Amino acid sequence: MTALSLQNVTKSFGQMEIIRGVTLDVPEGERHAVIGPNGAGKSTLFNLISGRFPVSSGSIRLEDQEISGLKSYEINRRGLSRSFQVTNIFPRLSVYENIRCAVLWSLGYKYSFWRGVNGLADARERSEDIMERIGLAARRRDQAGVLTYAEQRALEIGITIAGGARVILLDEPMAGMSRSETEHAVALVRKMTEGKTLLMVEHDMGVVFGIADRISVLVYGKIIASDTPQAIRENAAVKEAYLGEAAH
Amino acid sequence: MSALGKIAPWIILAILLAVAPLVFTSGTSRTMLSIMALSIIFALSYNMLLGQTGLLSFGHAVYYGLGGFVAIHAMNTVIRNKYAIPLPVIPLIGGAAGLFFGIVFGSVSTRRAGTVFSMISLGLGELVASSALILRTFFGGEEGITTNRSRLAPFFGYKFGPQIEVYYLIACWCFVCILLMYAITRTPFGRMCNAVRENPERAEFVGYSARMVRFIAFSLAGLFAGIAGGLAALNFEIMNTQSIGAVQSGLVLLMTFVGGAGVFFGPIIGAVLITFLQITLSDVTGAWQLYFGLMFILVVMYSPGGIAGWLALHEPLYRGRQLGRLIPAYLINAVPLVVMIVGGILLIELADWILVKAETEGPGMSVFGIVMNSNSIVPWIIAIILFFGGAFALRATWPRVQDAWGVALARLREQPA
Repeated sequence: MTALSLQNVTKSFGQMEIIRGVTLDVPEGERHAVIGPNGAGKSTLFNLISGRFPVSSGSIRLEDQEISGLKSYEINRRGLSRSFQVTNIFPRLSVYENIRCAVLWSLGYKYSFWRGVNGLADARERSEDIMERIGLAARRRDQAGVLTYAEQRALEIGITIAGGARVILLDEPMAGMSRSETEHAVALVRKMTEGKTLLMVEHDMGVVFGIADRISVLVYGKIIASDTPQAIRENAAVKEAYLGEAAH
Repeated sequence: MSALGKIAPWIILAILLAVAPLVFTSGTSRTMLSIMALSIIFALSYNMLLGQTGLLSFGHAVYYGLGGFVAIHAMNTVIRNKYAIPLPVIPLIGGAAGLFFGIVFGSVSTRRAGTVFSMISLGLGELVASSALILRTFFGGEEGITTNRSRLAPFFGYKFGPQIEVYYLIACWCFVCILLMYAITRTPFGRMCNAVRENPERAEFVGYSARMVRFIAFSLAGLFAGIAGGLAALNFEIMNTQSIGAVQSGLVLLMTFVGGAGVFFGPIIGAVLITFLQITLSDVTGAWQLYFGLMFILVVMYSPGGIAGWLALHEPLYRGRQLGRLIPAYLINAVPLVVMIVGGILLIELADWILVKAETEGPGMSVFGIVMNSNSIVPWIIAIILFFGGAFALRATWPRVQDAWGVALARLREQPA
């Protein structure tokens, strides 16, 4: 089954066409990476899929349901969640509150203002479990804004997967990390997205080739190749357009 | 926290509300306590927007005032038709009106947050305030609408004529409203208000419509402001257009900000303090609004978290038994601070007297009970020496506070988690 399907998606800002007819199918359970040079439109593509921007034309389907034109929260409720290139958390809330806010809707609590949040055992248990898995259980009371950069990135991944979304979009999850932090983060991404469909933008080729089942290469708003990591390494057009000697 | 620990603050609050009019027995005090109690509801309702959801409204008095006007018309209708509706129910009618207008105006103003929301709230506030002068049938023009609360049906024998009976009615509503507003902060919705305040975009990517969160918060704030307005109607027995205007909206902002928007009990402190100052200062000095303005500026500059925020800063030190390290430094700084404040007050009063009163009342005046001549240079020199002397001394002693904080925090960090 196709978890996420894009058909001829375009996006223009004024006269400038940033995304130029992207077609992409991501099967359920696949770890799919989107790579491309700076300015290729990777983050814009993520913003279109997640509802941050409306598409100019084309179709985006999540598990056979059309989601283009929906608001970001409506898309999230249908099972797609995302992280951001620049850390996007609730900085003055505690680590625990950050995670708990991310689980409330999926557990059906919605806008309820007639029941205490501290008595919600399922929300507490799921939040504790997520904090354990992202390695921040010991920092549960700390304000998210005072965490280290790597911890904030881990928290962001925690927030992204906490609602139980089946399709996860990670926008440069390793950006700005040291080598050891990246290794830790790769293990975290693997663990946290197990059994889910993952679409990831990442510049670190070691990470991409280590995690992805398939890779799509986006250049100037168009996908020029979409294949297995091995095939992408050997693709002449990709080498020329993007990877160059880095692929060897 | 134990069950007793959780309910202890509520028991203390109930006792304070019950005992206050028995300690302060004069008519003025009881009137002031009644205004304080209804102002607490108003300020806390405002903080559902500012402190909890991050919405800076310049027109919150609209919901307070409209709640009050609907309540006062309801009282008059009840009196005219001899309905068996007792006075304690009237604030609910005010609340319903506040909720209704909160829903109507909130559906427009909460589409956006930030500056856009603030400007819309200002515009709506001005729109309603200017409409109030035109719609004389409903708002009663400049005279306002009056009523007589004691003509409503008795409630268990009480007719609420004496102020003490009205105070207890307002205090009961105050207690219930504080409890409800606190409870809301501890719900999934309350937490998402905080999330939207912190990062509305992120809130949308965890399934919540930031606009819907703002809208519900706005409507609920309207409900509680309407209850406060209803209580004002039955307390004053008159509602006029001032209660929906910019001054009233500014006053609730002042209460909330000075008390502290970041802590739940902050607006309670602000409402009590500002009401006290508003009533007492206006009797003592003609420049009382200038003092309010200065206080607001000083809080914004030096303690943006308000009084409660400043107190909350000390909580970790209190828990870690390090608070005692600050007290000597605070006491040393208190002396020049008081000297500076006295000098500042003297300067303002001298200026106020010369500019406003000297022409009609002559140069003789008294400040702090001391008689002086505003035309003489001596009090001016003393005021300048006190103000600037205090300021320079405060600057010299302030590092002691910083050092004491540094030591206290270092000791706190050394303690096991």
